[in-house]
Amino acid sequence: MLVESPPEQRAECAPAPPNRRAIRVLGLLVSVVILVLVTLASIAVGAKELSLGQVWHGLFHASGTYGDVVVADRLSRTVLGLLAGAALGLAGAVLQALTRNPLADPGLLGINAGASAAVVTAITFFGVTSLSGYVWFAFFGAAAVGALVWFLGGSRGATPVRLALAGTAVSAALYGYLQAIMILDDAALGRMRFWTVGSLASGSDSTITQVVPFLLAGSLLALALARPLNAMAMGDDTAKALGAHLNRTRALSMLAATVLSGAATAACGPIMFVGLMVPHVVRSFTGPDQRWILPYAAILSPVLLLGADVLGRIVARPAELQVGIVTAILGGPVFIFLVRRRRTAQL
Amino acid sequence: MKTNRAVRTPGGLSVRLDVRAFTVVVLLLVVALAASVALIGTGDFPIPAADVLRTLVGEGDAGQEFIVTELRLPRVLAGLLVGASLGLGGALFQSISRNPLGSPDVLGLGQGATAGALTVIVLFSGSANQVALGALVGGLVTGFAIYVLAWKRGVHGYRLVLVGIGVSAIVTAVNGYLLTKSDIVDAARAVVWMTGSLAGRDWDQVWPLLALCAVLVPLVLANSRGLRMMEMGDDVSYALGVRVERVRLLLMLSAVLLTASATAAAGPVGFVALTAPQLARRLTRSPGPNLVAALCMGAALLVTADWISQRAFGADQLPVGVVTGVVGGVYLLWLLVTERRAGRI
Repeated sequence: MLVESPPEQRAECAPAPPNRRAIRVLGLLVSVVILVLVTLASIAVGAKELSLGQVWHGLFHASGTYGDVVVADRLSRTVLGLLAGAALGLAGAVLQALTRNPLADPGLLGINAGASAAVVTAITFFGVTSLSGYVWFAFFGAAAVGALVWFLGGSRGATPVRLALAGTAVSAALYGYLQAIMILDDAALGRMRFWTVGSLASGSDSTITQVVPFLLAGSLLALALARPLNAMAMGDDTAKALGAHLNRTRALSMLAATVLSGAATAACGPIMFVGLMVPHVVRSFTGPDQRWILPYAAILSPVLLLGADVLGRIVARPAELQVGIVTAILGGPVFIFLVRRRRTAQL
Repeated sequence: MKTNRAVRTPGGLSVRLDVRAFTVVVLLLVVALAASVALIGTGDFPIPAADVLRTLVGEGDAGQEFIVTELRLPRVLAGLLVGASLGLGGALFQSISRNPLGSPDVLGLGQGATAGALTVIVLFSGSANQVALGALVGGLVTGFAIYVLAWKRGVHGYRLVLVGIGVSAIVTAVNGYLLTKSDIVDAARAVVWMTGSLAGRDWDQVWPLLALCAVLVPLVLANSRGLRMMEMGDDVSYALGVRVERVRLLLMLSAVLLTASATAAAGPVGFVALTAPQLARRLTRSPGPNLVAALCMGAALLVTADWISQRAFGADQLPVGVVTGVVGGVYLLWLLVTERRAGRI
């Protein structure tokens, strides 16, 4: 067991008293407002600054002015950030609830490694050079590794330890393969070193339309799993006694997490820290109820991702820092602060 | 089978000997030496094992002597020392964090050393020795940062691993940034370094590592009794008279030094620190940190992996880190399947 929360730390999932519920709803609304602000900032800020009026003009009365073109260009990137952010946050929250393990994230379960290995294979052996080509490889790599980890972890009756170990084992094996190819093939290295840091700059309408169906389906599935995941948090025996289908919940959670993080990784590279960090932040003010954690994570993760992207554009102007680098450098200290401040094993 | 046997000497001293653990250690040493001899004999100029042994005791011909003592012996010794340091460092970290995944790879020490090395490669285009120094500094700074950040009235297992993961994420991002900043030649050099390789290691790398091991290994083993107590929890160890925080600081410092200097010598060879202690524990079947067995297992693993990479892909085509990564991963998979069949996890 990686980190096991002592039993006394598991708060019970009693329904919140009315005033707390009102506060949580209010908090959700505030989060949405913040999200809208960050979205506008993401469209306005960059090498060419736009005023809010220009953003408004470009969004709703586009007439082909210079500002409108810039807005259209940044819009696809922003939409990708919104989608990928929500997907990563939901995937992280579901994985942490599923494995009852605060360290769980798509990286730990090998899903990022699967996507990376598939992309490298596509570039090296199939000569795929366009993003729209290797998006599909990345997606199927992530899905295949997710399924493999699920199977190796014991499919029926998987335990948190087994899942984590299986994920580590698979990603280590794939990592060796990845390194070997990058050493033997300079072309693959040239591409991969940019893809592996994670960036939203690849966002285009075609990327978005390719990943949207998967992200929507995955998000709906994840949100629908809130109740059974709540039951699972009480421990397997109690969950069974409460009428949860353990294996079905595990399989569906794995499916949701794989679809979400696979598609997000395919579109913008492995951005690891969002899925690990946001659920921790969210839990610190919602408590352990997944029915609140999941919507909050879906709204606050894009805030983090887009905020990091905007920051990356401001700091390194007129060039930019890739968003994966900014999220890690920002998120790391916050995460360490949380680890120090709270008992982190609250799941 | 009776596994523990007391050995009494006429002088009144007595030692408790775990027969199985002792046998495992001896066997691992034999494997490591056999692999070393095979590795010395492998290359563009193959030398039969008998000639290798004859040359090592000083009775070979001049040509073979040059190849063996100047070119291949230092590489093999570096491999043995790096493997031993990684195995011991991994065992220490896993025992301190009480977590099989709390190895230096996961905690970010490897990445920290990589960041130091990458800084030297990308920003200064430094020589091999400067890269090694950068890696050493990077590893030590990372280890220090993790310890300080995890400190809060003592360092606790969970917090150590979680803080390590956070630090590792930050450092990995810095590494990614450095890689995207570099030109393709530096990037290729950096990737080879990041995989971990023994190619071209000479006596300059061996001596410092050997000196460090000569100091640290006895120091660590002298404190292993306290470490074994600490696996039962801090309170119990206090009650049994172990100065928990002092032992932990000392052992962590040793583990960081061992890992960082091994990484400086050969690059972050993946997975040895993670697998060696686990394998050793399974072979000896004895509780506790199994430090000696983990050390021997690390040495045997790394040299064997290097030999495999030389045989399978031709001389110096692929660095040893590729083999340890793939073999280690496949081993863990096999372990999972068999353990699952036996219903043990």
